[in-house]
Amino acid sequence: MTVNTLKRHLRESIKSLGRNGWMTFASISAVTVTLLLVGVFLIVMLNMNNFAKKIESDVEIRVHIDVTATPKDKEALKAQIEAIPEVKEITYSSKEEELKNLIKSFGEEGSSFKLFEQDNPLSDVYVVKTAKPTDTIKVAKKIETFKFAHKVKYGQGQVEKLFKTLKVARNIGLGLILGLLFTAMFLISNTIKITIFARRKEIEIMRLVGATNGFIRWPFFLEGLWLGLLGAVIPITLLLFSYYNLYTFLEPKLTNPFLQLLPFSPFAWQVAAILVALGACIGVWGSMVSVRRFLKV
Amino acid sequence: MIEMQDVYKTYPNGVMALNGINVRIKQGEFVYVVGPSGAGKSTFIKMMYREEKPTSGSIMINGVNLAKLKDSKVPLLRRHIGVVFQDFKLLPKLTVYENVAFALEVIEESPKNIKKRVMEVLDLVGLKNKARFYPDELSGGEQQRVSIARSIVNSPKIVIADEPTGNLDPDTSWGIMDLFEEINNRGTTVVMATHNREIVNSIKKRVIAIENGKIVRDEAKGEYGYDS
Repeated sequence: MTVNTLKRHLRESIKSLGRNGWMTFASISAVTVTLLLVGVFLIVMLNMNNFAKKIESDVEIRVHIDVTATPKDKEALKAQIEAIPEVKEITYSSKEEELKNLIKSFGEEGSSFKLFEQDNPLSDVYVVKTAKPTDTIKVAKKIETFKFAHKVKYGQGQVEKLFKTLKVARNIGLGLILGLLFTAMFLISNTIKITIFARRKEIEIMRLVGATNGFIRWPFFLEGLWLGLLGAVIPITLLLFSYYNLYTFLEPKLTNPFLQLLPFSPFAWQVAAILVALGACIGVWGSMVSVRRFLKV
Repeated sequence: MIEMQDVYKTYPNGVMALNGINVRIKQGEFVYVVGPSGAGKSTFIKMMYREEKPTSGSIMINGVNLAKLKDSKVPLLRRHIGVVFQDFKLLPKLTVYENVAFALEVIEESPKNIKKRVMEVLDLVGLKNKARFYPDELSGGEQQRVSIARSIVNSPKIVIADEPTGNLDPDTSWGIMDLFEEINNRGTTVVMATHNREIVNSIKKRVIAIENGKIVRDEAKGEYGYDS
């Protein structure tokens, strides 16, 4: 393809946006509405995912070491636990440290536990973290079988419930986004199909005077691209603006360590990039699907 | 040169449009294709620019067998054949100039040559001063001239016309016929399907009559031969 031809395709694709004024408007609106919805969902979903991750990463396994274990036994147990492939991190916490933490966590009233400093009833503990939080239960079950692992605690019951809830929430979100994208693609491909149907005469004449299919496709390809990109402008502006305001407004008020918004930069820019890419894909895909029907010899 | 051998065409719905066509048209000839409606004229014409493929038989155009031509090669064939229709097939949103230039843009001609060539053919069809007009600002005859200009702008060896005067009044039709004669005089083969009795009988050329998918008459300087 020559530079002149490329220029011609660019010129034609832009001209044709103007010539098909109302259809252009309809297609861009369809992209706009879709991307706005997808964008809002993405922001909500990714933030929720972020909360979930924070909660999940807080899950840990506490392995209480049998009081009869000698330092050598402890080393052996540590080695055994480390040998489990899912284990990411293991830290030792002596019973004195455990007691200190306990006293600290009770604050003022904690001082009454100081009595136990003479005769500490707690056990030494290995705190184990898995690479993937969902492996916690599996790993905990395995550690239970080891010698000198007196008790294994990971918030039995609650953790299972938590993981299940998070999984359901994630799947629902993903399903909604996919459904939305799917609807959008049909909407757009139909809109573009109408614009192309209105131009089947143009395609017919192009074929009559000896245009190759590739040549015919180019302007439509570019037109789809413009439609998608133009459709992404409003949603991106709106979402960047709203998220910026939401973030600066809410950020100082959220003190709970789990409930944190993802910072505006780079998060909002990443969402914007995703929306641009989605817009372009939807536009191009829609126009390519529609033009294909008219190119069959 | 166009040569058809034992060409049969049955449409998917079972209609048998061509029933064994054998014909030879030499370079530079002027041929009328006549016959009643539904006799296979249009199919015969469509075969020549590969809008339809024969069910069996061979169609050679300048040494290429259209029956075996791949779909992807059809655009190349069309660049050597100009086609003119009864309904002009102009793009309403392009000017006269753009409509004609279209055929050259498609084959990636340089803008300089496009301009030169388009003005040349517009001059030939007598519409040089209407280059900036849109098709709906022109009369039917003028629109047909634009479509003829488009068909010859890339200097094809063959021009195929499917009832080019079908939508025009008699006076205008004569003007269009002058144009086709002029194109023919420059060495281009012209194949024209027509219902216009006066034209066929006054501008005497070779006449091929098709009935029921067969050539029933083929005479040099023939007559139209039907009542209407």
